[in-house]
Amino acid sequence: MREITFLEAQQEAINEEMGRDDTVFVLGENVQAMSTTGLWKDLSTKYGDMRVRDTAISEQAILGAAIGAAATGMRPIASLMFVDFLGICSDELINQLQMRYMFGGKIKMPLTIVAGCGAGRSIAAQHSKSLYGWLMTIQGLKIAVPSNAYDAKGLLKAAIREDNPVLYLTHKLSGGQSSQVPDEDYIIPLGQADVKREGSDVTIVSIAYGVTMALAAAEKLQANGISAEVIDLRSLAPLDKETIINSVQKTGRLVVTTEEPVTGSAAAEIAAIVAEEAFDYLDAPIKRVCAPDTPIPFSPGMEQFWIPDEDDLIKAVTEIM
Amino acid sequence: MAITKDKLVEILTIMLRIRTFEESVQKEFAAGTIPGIVHLYLGEEAIAAGACANLTKDDFIVSTHRGHGHLIAKGGKTDLMMAEVLGRKTGYCHGKGGSMHVADPDIGMLGANGIVGAGLPIATGAAASAQIRGTDQVAICFFGEGASNTSRFHESINMAAAWKLPVIYLIENNLWAVSTRSADVMGESQLSKRAIGYGIPGVDVDGNDAVAMYEAVAEAVARARKGDGPTLMVCTTYRWRGHMEGDPQFYKPKEEAEEWLKQDPLPRFRKYLTDTGTMTAEEIDAIQQGMVEEMEKALKFAKDSPFPSPEETLEDIFA
Repeated sequence: MREITFLEAQQEAINEEMGRDDTVFVLGENVQAMSTTGLWKDLSTKYGDMRVRDTAISEQAILGAAIGAAATGMRPIASLMFVDFLGICSDELINQLQMRYMFGGKIKMPLTIVAGCGAGRSIAAQHSKSLYGWLMTIQGLKIAVPSNAYDAKGLLKAAIREDNPVLYLTHKLSGGQSSQVPDEDYIIPLGQADVKREGSDVTIVSIAYGVTMALAAAEKLQANGISAEVIDLRSLAPLDKETIINSVQKTGRLVVTTEEPVTGSAAAEIAAIVAEEAFDYLDAPIKRVCAPDTPIPFSPGMEQFWIPDEDDLIKAVTEIM
Repeated sequence: MAITKDKLVEILTIMLRIRTFEESVQKEFAAGTIPGIVHLYLGEEAIAAGACANLTKDDFIVSTHRGHGHLIAKGGKTDLMMAEVLGRKTGYCHGKGGSMHVADPDIGMLGANGIVGAGLPIATGAAASAQIRGTDQVAICFFGEGASNTSRFHESINMAAAWKLPVIYLIENNLWAVSTRSADVMGESQLSKRAIGYGIPGVDVDGNDAVAMYEAVAEAVARARKGDGPTLMVCTTYRWRGHMEGDPQFYKPKEEAEEWLKQDPLPRFRKYLTDTGTMTAEEIDAIQQGMVEEMEKALKFAKDSPFPSPEETLEDIFA
């Protein structure tokens, strides 16, 4: 074990997977140019131009070519930079990734899309989205949303080894965080949530940077005598319903937080599942702690108002106690 | 390199198989046995047949919504195709794709596609896959002149040109994009000129001439296999039928359609084969008769096959 950052954990994951499997390759904008820093550090010098491929600013061609390569024996990692840019190649996302199903199961689609998400850097509406709820409606797509370095490495390795399309999202505020990461090879299977803090009074379900926020809120709630259990979903699809429902059965209360407009959010879907499948265990209404139904504003004060934060979470928990 | 007799017979057989298959589908659709919609390849057979005669089973093709001809030319089986078009469990996609998504990845046919232009980056990726794996596989990307006006045309060809990928971008210019005359919505309708902008060869071919198709694609395939990169090929033909079956085609001038019917690629090729003494009329008729029997069997196979159970809806999402 050693302590490394979220970004270093991701660099290790890609480097190790490219080392163990020749069919893994990277394509996207600036992946060679960024070889001295960032996610693609050292890759082009180590694995060469053939497997680390700079593209033009052509999101449809990037994701579409990744699909064609995945369907013909390769294991591409497509870099989309910002999840917002999936809008540019949304046909690939909503209509083409589903080849396996349309072909009656005759093809594998081992493809990883990596993109950043999340607000908090004052880069306004087109570079700050998370789109979790929207992405969950895309059938055939797995979605990884790590919250710390350990999960970031294990989930990314699992995504690259997966025989299905995986969207791997990194929240912009997570990159500098550090945690203990083993030296040896490990993966975290997609679809397994993790209880990051045990508690007995209320369940807080969160993802990505929201987990950091939820853990800080839980600490403060404890000081007020409220014991919060914090679940890190780690994957939005497949969704680990069992861990959520088991926790709600224990605590009787649920607050879900995802950083996105509340309508049609991942939080809304999780709330609906619990209302349908664990209503009898609830002692209070379910709360969603999300953003208002607006695009993401630029000016820092407005952006902070938009982002669901620790205080919003504490307020929501207190309201249902 | 002279085209061999075996190759000519192969191309004729494929063209007749496509023609007979599409005529059967046309009849079945009119009789109401086919769910959904179908887009027929009638009149365009020389393109797929001539092009794919240059490929091996290991090469890739990417098709369009008008995809039956492409799959047949790549070696697809008409019974499995007919079963898919009729929504049966025994079909290529077990009833999950239908006419618009029919595919056989085992022979490198990466799917018909319901979205115009979507195949371009997919073919580009298949070619990148071949290049990275160091094989001599090539990809042919079939698409219409309508798709040549979508954004993916530019992004894909630029990518393939930059990476010198083994891919042939083959435009089937059948003059009509749904119900719009394509020339009316393009600033420059000689599409091969666009190749200049990517630094690759742009070739015009008579898409109703099977031999010309074979020879032009042979050159592009040789170039791709050598590592010299992509070719843009524009094959002019005519869409005999509507955009889809049931389309009343009120927008098409009658004289234009009649003129193009006279340029039917099959009698042209038949004349070439008999004039050159390659085949006799009797030999050609025998192949034709064989196709009629094949389609009867394919239809019987499809109609005798069960529909998938509704619960199969839930299968094949993830590997």
